[in-house]
Amino acid sequence: MEMPETVETPLLFQRTTENDNHDGPVPFESWGRYPRFPAKLVPLAWQSDFPRVVEEHDNMPTGALPVGMGRSYGDVGLLRDGHLLVMTGLDRLLHFDEQTGVLTCEAGVTLAQILDFAVPRGWFLPVTPGTKYVTIAGAIANDIHGKNHHVAGTFGNHVPMFELVRSDGTRMLCSPTQNADWYAATIGGMGLTGVITWAQLRLKKIVSRLIDYQGIQFHGVDEFLALTEQYKNVEYTVSWVDCASTGKNFARGVFMLGEHSVMPDELHESPEPKLVFPFNLPGFALNQYSVKAFNTVFFHKQIKRRVRALQDYEPFFYPLDAVLKWNRMYGKRGLLQFQYAIPWAHAREGTIAIMEAVAKSGLASFLAVLKVFGDVPSPGMMSFPQPGVTLALDFPIKPGKSFPLFDRLADMTLEFGGKLYPAKDARMTSGQFQTSYPQWQEFAKYKDPLLTSGFWERVTI
Amino acid sequence: MAKKILVLGATSSIAEHTARVWAKRGDSLYLVARNAEKLATVGADLKTRGASFVETKVADLDDLDLHPQLLAEAVTALGGLDIAYLAHGVLGDQAEAERDAIAAEAILHTNFVSPVSLLTWLANFCVKQKHGTLAVLSSVAGDRGRKSNYVYGSSKAGISAFLGGLRNRVDREGVSVVTIKPGPVKTPMTAGMEGNEKFADVSTVGKNIARAIDSRRDEVYVPGKWRIIMAIVRAVPESIFKKTNT
Repeated sequence: MEMPETVETPLLFQRTTENDNHDGPVPFESWGRYPRFPAKLVPLAWQSDFPRVVEEHDNMPTGALPVGMGRSYGDVGLLRDGHLLVMTGLDRLLHFDEQTGVLTCEAGVTLAQILDFAVPRGWFLPVTPGTKYVTIAGAIANDIHGKNHHVAGTFGNHVPMFELVRSDGTRMLCSPTQNADWYAATIGGMGLTGVITWAQLRLKKIVSRLIDYQGIQFHGVDEFLALTEQYKNVEYTVSWVDCASTGKNFARGVFMLGEHSVMPDELHESPEPKLVFPFNLPGFALNQYSVKAFNTVFFHKQIKRRVRALQDYEPFFYPLDAVLKWNRMYGKRGLLQFQYAIPWAHAREGTIAIMEAVAKSGLASFLAVLKVFGDVPSPGMMSFPQPGVTLALDFPIKPGKSFPLFDRLADMTLEFGGKLYPAKDARMTSGQFQTSYPQWQEFAKYKDPLLTSGFWERVTI
Repeated sequence: MAKKILVLGATSSIAEHTARVWAKRGDSLYLVARNAEKLATVGADLKTRGASFVETKVADLDDLDLHPQLLAEAVTALGGLDIAYLAHGVLGDQAEAERDAIAAEAILHTNFVSPVSLLTWLANFCVKQKHGTLAVLSSVAGDRGRKSNYVYGSSKAGISAFLGGLRNRVDREGVSVVTIKPGPVKTPMTAGMEGNEKFADVSTVGKNIARAIDSRRDEVYVPGKWRIIMAIVRAVPESIFKKTNT
C-alpha cells in the first residue's frame, strides 16, 4: 500500500512499474494501461522549445508526438520507440479578458488549473469532459465533448484561436478566419498537425459552484430517448446505464440532469484530492457478478424514481477525479474503452443491438455512459461527435475474451453507420477507421511529417 | 497589504512557482531574468494570476557592476521592498568543472559571488529601513561535498555559510534572512529522469517556500524530510564517506 505524504498534482505520464527493460527507453502507458510502448520523454518548458528540441535529439528519426496528462485511453497519446514531447511544463496563463471571458494560456495548462483560476472569479469551462486532469491542447487535439454537447457542441466550438508550430519552424495563428483549414485540421487532429503552444478558451459566467441536479430512473432505450427529448433544453444531461443486465432490467439506468445554480453563492477554489487508489486489483476482482452487484446498488441507491438536489460541481462533473489513479481498479492488464457515435438514422436499433451483445457477453464493466449528441457542428475535420447517440463503456481486459467482443462491437457500430472515438480506442482496424473517417486522407495532408502516434501508425497501414 | 517583492532569477521553475503564490494574493512583483522572451511569459502569467503590479527587467546577474543600479531601480519601481528572493543559479557541468578551472569558477561566480554582491547591497538597504526579508535558494547539495556535484555543492555551501553569518548580523536590526534548501525537485527539466517519481513536485515546493518566507524561518528544507536525510548524511564519518559513490 502506498499513501503519499503529500498528494501531488496528478501528473502523468506514468512510468509503468512492471518494467523489465532497464536499459532501453522506458515503457509508458496511458489511462487504459493498454497498450504499453517504450518511448523517450522530452519535456518542453517554453513556447520556443519546439522545434529546437528536435535537433537536440538527432532530428528524432523515430518520430515524435506532443502529449499532455496521458488521460487518453489507448494509443492516440503513445508512440512506440518515439519521442513524447511532454507539454505540461507550458502551464502559464497569458491573459484573461474580464469582459469577454476569453482566457489565453499555454498548451499544457490543465482544465483543473483553469477551474482554480476561473471559478473564484465567477467563470467556468464552456465544455468539460469527465476528468479535469487534461490539458487545454489535449482537449483541442481530441475535440472532447461533455454533458452539454446537445446545446454547446464540442470543446473546439469555444476555442477562438491558437498558435500551431510545425517541425519546420513555421508558426501559424489559427482561428475560424485565419488559417481556417489548419484550425479545422488541428481541432480533433490528435496532435499530429503540429505542436500547439498556446490557445484561447471562451469561458462562461457562473454565480455559484452548485449544480441543480436531478436524477430520473428509466428502463430501456426508448424511455431514455423520451427523457432526452423532454429535457433537451437542460444544459447538462447524461445517463448511467446498466450494460450487464438482461430481461426486465435490460438497459435500466439513471438519467442525470444538471444546470448551474442561479442563486449567488460562495465561489471558492476546489480542495486538492486526497485519495489515491492504492494498489492494482487482481484480474478476477471485476467479473460479471461483482459488476451486476455494483449496478444494482447504483440503480437502487436512487430509491425514488426521481431525486432533485443541489450538488457541488466537482462530484457532478468529476466523480472519479476524487480518487487519483482509479484505473488501478482494473489491475495490471488494464481496460479497453469502447465509445461509439451512431447517427439518428440507426441510433435506436444500433444502441439496442450493441447493448444486447454487451449484456450477453457478461464482460461489461460498471462505467457505462449513454448520451445524445446534439446538432451543433463540430469545428474539427476529424472530430468524433455527430448528431445521434453515443455510448461509452469500459471492459477490463480478459485474455481471449475482451478483444473478440470488442472487434464484433466495432463491426456492429460500422454497420449502423457509426464510428468509434480515437481518444478511447486501442483496437480499431485500419479498415474500420478508414471507413468511418473517410476524410482521413484529406486530413493526412495536414499531418506534420515528424509527428505520429501509435494510433495513427495502426489505422493507416 | 500587498507585499513588495523582488525576484532575481524569476524564470527558474522554483522561483516561478513561488511567485505564483504571491501573484495570487495580489502582491507587487519586480522580476529579473536573463532571457527576455521567457521573462515576458512569466510576467504575463503572474499578472494574469492577480499580481497587483508586475515589472520585468532583463539582466545578466553575473555582471556585478550592474547590481547597484538594478537594485535601486527595483526598489524605486516597487515603491519599497518587503522581500528579496534570490533564485538564480546554475547546476553546471561537474565533469567539465573537474577539467577546467575556469568552468568551476563560472559556477562559483553565478551561485556564490553574484548573490554575495546582491545581498551586500540588499542587507544594507534593509538594515537602513529596519525591515525586510532576504530569502535565498541554497541547496541540500551544500550540506556535504559529494563526488558527483561538489563544485555546485561548494558554491551552495558557501552561500549557506554567508547567509548564516549575515543572519547573525542583521537579525537584531529587524531584517530576516531565510536559507532555503530544496532537495531534488520535479521540474520540466527533470521529467522522465531516472528515479524522478521520488522528486518533489515543483508547485508544492513553491508553496512551501512561500510559507517559509512568510513565517521568516531561518533555514528551511523542502520537502521537510531532507532535514533528517542530510543530518544522517552529515553524520557519516569522512573515512567511510570518501569510499561511497554519491
